[in-house]
Amino acid sequence: MFKKIGFRLIFVVALTSLVIIGVFAYFNIKSQSNSLISEVERHANQLGETVISSTRFDMMLNQRDRIQQTINSIGTQPQIRDVRIINKVGEIIYSSNANNINKMVDKRAESCYACHAEDKPLEQISITERTRIFRVHPDSNRVIGIITPIYTEKSCWQADCHAHPKNQKVLGVLDVSISLAEVDKAIVIREWEIVIFAIVAIIAVGLLIAFFVRRWVSNPVNDLLNATQQVSQGNLNYAVKDLSNDEIGKLGDSFNNMTKKLSEARMQLFQSDKMASLGRLAAGVAHEINNPLTGVLTYSSFLLKRTKDNPEFQEDLGVIVRETLRSREIVKSLLDFARQSVPKKGIADINEIIDKSITVIEKQLSIKKIKIIKQWENNLPKITVDANQIQQVFINLFVNASDAISKEGGTITAVTKQISLSPFGVAQIKKASCPKRHSLIDNEFKIDGLPALKVKVVSNGNEGIVHLDPVYGKHRNHFDLGFNIDKNTKFVCPDCNSSIVEQDKLCPKCGAPVLSFEISGQGVYEVCSSENSDWEKWDFVDSAGLKEFIEVRISDTGCGISKDDLPRIFEPFFSTKGQKGTGLGLAVIWGIIDNHNGTINVESEEGKGTTFIIRLPFSQK
Amino acid sequence: MSKPSNILVIDDEQVIIDAIVKICSIENYSVDAALNVKTAIEKIAKNYYPIIICDIMMPDGDGFQILDELRKQNIDSALIMMTGYSTVENAVNSLYQGAVDFIPKPFTMDELLSSVFRANKYQKIKKKQEELSQHNFVHSILYVNCPAKYLRLGYSSWMMQESDGSVLIGVCDLLLKTIDSVIEIEFLEPENEIAQGVSCFTIKSGDERIHKILSPVSGRIIEVNQNLKLNANLIEKDPYFEGWIYRVIPDDIGYEIKHLIPCSSDRL
Repeated sequence: MFKKIGFRLIFVVALTSLVIIGVFAYFNIKSQSNSLISEVERHANQLGETVISSTRFDMMLNQRDRIQQTINSIGTQPQIRDVRIINKVGEIIYSSNANNINKMVDKRAESCYACHAEDKPLEQISITERTRIFRVHPDSNRVIGIITPIYTEKSCWQADCHAHPKNQKVLGVLDVSISLAEVDKAIVIREWEIVIFAIVAIIAVGLLIAFFVRRWVSNPVNDLLNATQQVSQGNLNYAVKDLSNDEIGKLGDSFNNMTKKLSEARMQLFQSDKMASLGRLAAGVAHEINNPLTGVLTYSSFLLKRTKDNPEFQEDLGVIVRETLRSREIVKSLLDFARQSVPKKGIADINEIIDKSITVIEKQLSIKKIKIIKQWENNLPKITVDANQIQQVFINLFVNASDAISKEGGTITAVTKQISLSPFGVAQIKKASCPKRHSLIDNEFKIDGLPALKVKVVSNGNEGIVHLDPVYGKHRNHFDLGFNIDKNTKFVCPDCNSSIVEQDKLCPKCGAPVLSFEISGQGVYEVCSSENSDWEKWDFVDSAGLKEFIEVRISDTGCGISKDDLPRIFEPFFSTKGQKGTGLGLAVIWGIIDNHNGTINVESEEGKGTTFIIRLPFSQK
Repeated sequence: MSKPSNILVIDDEQVIIDAIVKICSIENYSVDAALNVKTAIEKIAKNYYPIIICDIMMPDGDGFQILDELRKQNIDSALIMMTGYSTVENAVNSLYQGAVDFIPKPFTMDELLSSVFRANKYQKIKKKQEELSQHNFVHSILYVNCPAKYLRLGYSSWMMQESDGSVLIGVCDLLLKTIDSVIEIEFLEPENEIAQGVSCFTIKSGDERIHKILSPVSGRIIEVNQNLKLNANLIEKDPYFEGWIYRVIPDDIGYEIKHLIPCSSDRL
C-alpha cells in the first residue's frame, strides 16, 4: 500500500499538518493556560491587597476578633482554600482554617524561599515571585498561593501600642491560596477541543488530498499503465482516453502518438513481409504450374496441328489451347502482382498524374454526385516514378473513396504538398571504400535486400567477416562470428588488410573503437565497432538535413473504415466489398508505393470519412 | 544411337521432355534428353548437339551452369533457355551470357518450333561463316553486323541512343537471316510500355512461322516506324537505319545497358 504515490502523498501531507497543528496547539494551550493563571494570579493578588486594606484599620486598633472574622468570611468563598496571616517569626496568627492558628511555618519551606533566601532581609518582590502553584496531595487539585507582605507604616510605629519597631519593614505576610480546579477544568476542555480540531483537520486534509490525487494522478497514471500493458500485449490500437491538459495528459498524448507511429511502422513491416512471402508463394506456384501447363499447351497445340483434317477435333482442341493460353496469362499476372514488376520509372509531375487519374473516373464520380476538390501545391518538383503505377494507385484510391460515399453524394479532396523528414533510418550507403580505395560493398550479402558493408575482423589468429547495415540509422548489423571481439581485435579491409579503425576516436556511447568508411563524394561514415552499441554518424547526410518528400492526401466524406478493419486493409485478399472486390487493390497500391521507397498510411473515422496519406521521396536513389 | 541427335533437352520434368521430343520429331529433329545438370554435362562432353534446350531451374543446378560448361569446353552449341520462372532478369541474363533465345514456359508448339528453327538456322550460318573464314573468303558477308555505336540483346534486337535521349530499337540482321522472308510485322501502338527481355513485336515469316522479338530496353513507345508499316521488306533491306521499329523513351537505360552486348565487340 505504501508503494502507491497517492498514499505516500497523503501520508506526507497528514504528517506535516499533524506537526503544524500539534505545535500550534501546544503553544496555544500554553498561552491560554498562562493567561488564565495570570488572571487568577492577578485576582488573588487583588484579593490579598483587599484583605490587607480591609483589615488595616482593625490591625491598627489591634482588634484581633474582627480581623479573624473578616478572614473567616473571605475564606468561606468557594474558590478560596485558605487565607492566613503569618507574623514575622513565622507563626500563623490568623487563618480561615482555625486548626492552623498558632502553628509555625518553616521559613525554609518552598513557599517562603523567594523572600527568605539565604537569610536575606525581606524586600519588595514582584508578583510572580510571590506566587506559587502547588498540590496539597499529589492527586488533589492544583492550588495557587500568593503571599502579600504587610509592610510597616508610619502609623504603626507611631501608634500608642508601639507594637512594631520602626526599622522592621515587613510586619508579616498575608497568604491567600485559591483552588485552580475551575481553571484546570477549562484548560482540559481547551486541550480536548484542540485535539479534536486537529484530528478533524488532518482527516479533512487527507481526504481532500486523496480525492485530488486520485483524480489528477492515480486515475490517469492507472490509465497510462493499463495502456502500456495493452501495448505490450500487442494491442497497438489502444489509445488513452479522456486526456487532461496537464503534464500527465501530455504524457498520455505523446504515448498515444507513439503507439500510433509504432502501429504504422509495424504495419509497413508486416506488409513488406507479407508481400514478400506472397511473392515467393506466387513465384513458386507459377513455376510449379507452368511446367504442367507447358505439357497441356504443347500437346494440345501439337494435336491441333495433327488434326487439321478433322474439323470436329479442331474446334475442341482450339478451346483447350485457348483456355490454356488464358491460364498462362493468369499465372503471368499473378507473377506480375507478386513482383509488382520492376517499376518503369521516369520523371513525372505528381499533380499531372492525379489530374489524369481524375479524368479517367470523372464520369463515374459525377453520376454518384461526388465533387472532387483539388488543393495543389504549385511548383511541386518533378520526381522519378512509374507514372502508370502511380496513376493506378490514385485511380484505385478514388474508386475506393467513391465506393465509400453513399448515394446522397459527397466530396473527395486531394491535397499535394512538399514536406521534409529526417534522413536517419532512410539514407542508404551505396559506395564505401577503405583508405586504399577498395570497395567495401558486398553484393553477395544483402541486409533487407540491400548490399551490406563488409569488414574483415582479425582477433587472436581468428578471422571473420562482419556485415554492416547499409541503411544509415537502422543498424541491423551481422556480427555472427565464432569468436569474441576485444581490444586487440583488428578491423581491416578484406582486400588489402589496411585498418579501417579511426585513429584517436572512440565511440561516445560505449568507448569501443570507431570504424570509418569513405563514401565517395559523400563524406565519411562512422560506426561503432561494438555489437552492442548503436552509435553511428554520417555527417554528410546529417548536414544535408531533412529528406524531401511529396505528400498526397486523398480524403473522402464516406462511411469510413471500422477500427477492426483498419489494420487489415492493406492485407492481400482482405475485402469489405464481398464478391465485388478481389481484396488485392490496396495490397497492390501498398506494393507500388513501397517499390517507390515511399510510405502509405490511413486515417479513418467511422461515419466521417477516410484519408490516405502517401509520401514519395524526391529522389529514388 | 545410329544417328547423332540434333537436339539435347535438359529439364527435370519428363512431361516437358516428352512434349519437346514429340514436337521436334514433326520437323524431323532427333532429340536426346537429360533430367538434370549432371547428366547433361556428361552428354555434352560425349556428343555434340547443335541445339540445346535447357530449363533454368533444376534440382542440381541451373541452366547458367550449362552455358558456362559450353564456354569452358569451347562448344558452339546454340542454347535456348526456357523457364517457368520467367523473370525479366532470367531472360536478359541468359541472352547476355550467350544463349540464342529465351522462351518462357508455358509455350505453344509454334513458339517452340520457331525458336528451334531460328537456332538451327543460326548454327548453319555460323558454320558457314567459319568455313568461309577458313578458306579466307573474308569478304563474303553472310550477315551485316550492327554498327559500332549500337548495343544488342543477344543476337536478336538492337538499340541505339540518340542525342535527344530517345532510343531507337530494331532487329539484328543475323536474326533476320535466321528466319524466312519477312511477310508481316505486328507492332504495338505508341504510348504502350515495353520491358527489356519481354517480346515487343512479332514477325511473321514466309513459312508462316511467328517470331516473337524481345525488347532490348524498357520504356514507352513514342513512335512506330510508319515506313515499315507500309513496307515490311524495308527491315530486311536496311535493318539498322531505315528499318528501325520503335522510338522509345527509356526508363532506366543506365541499369539495363549492363545486360546488353556492345556491337563494337563484334569487330574484334
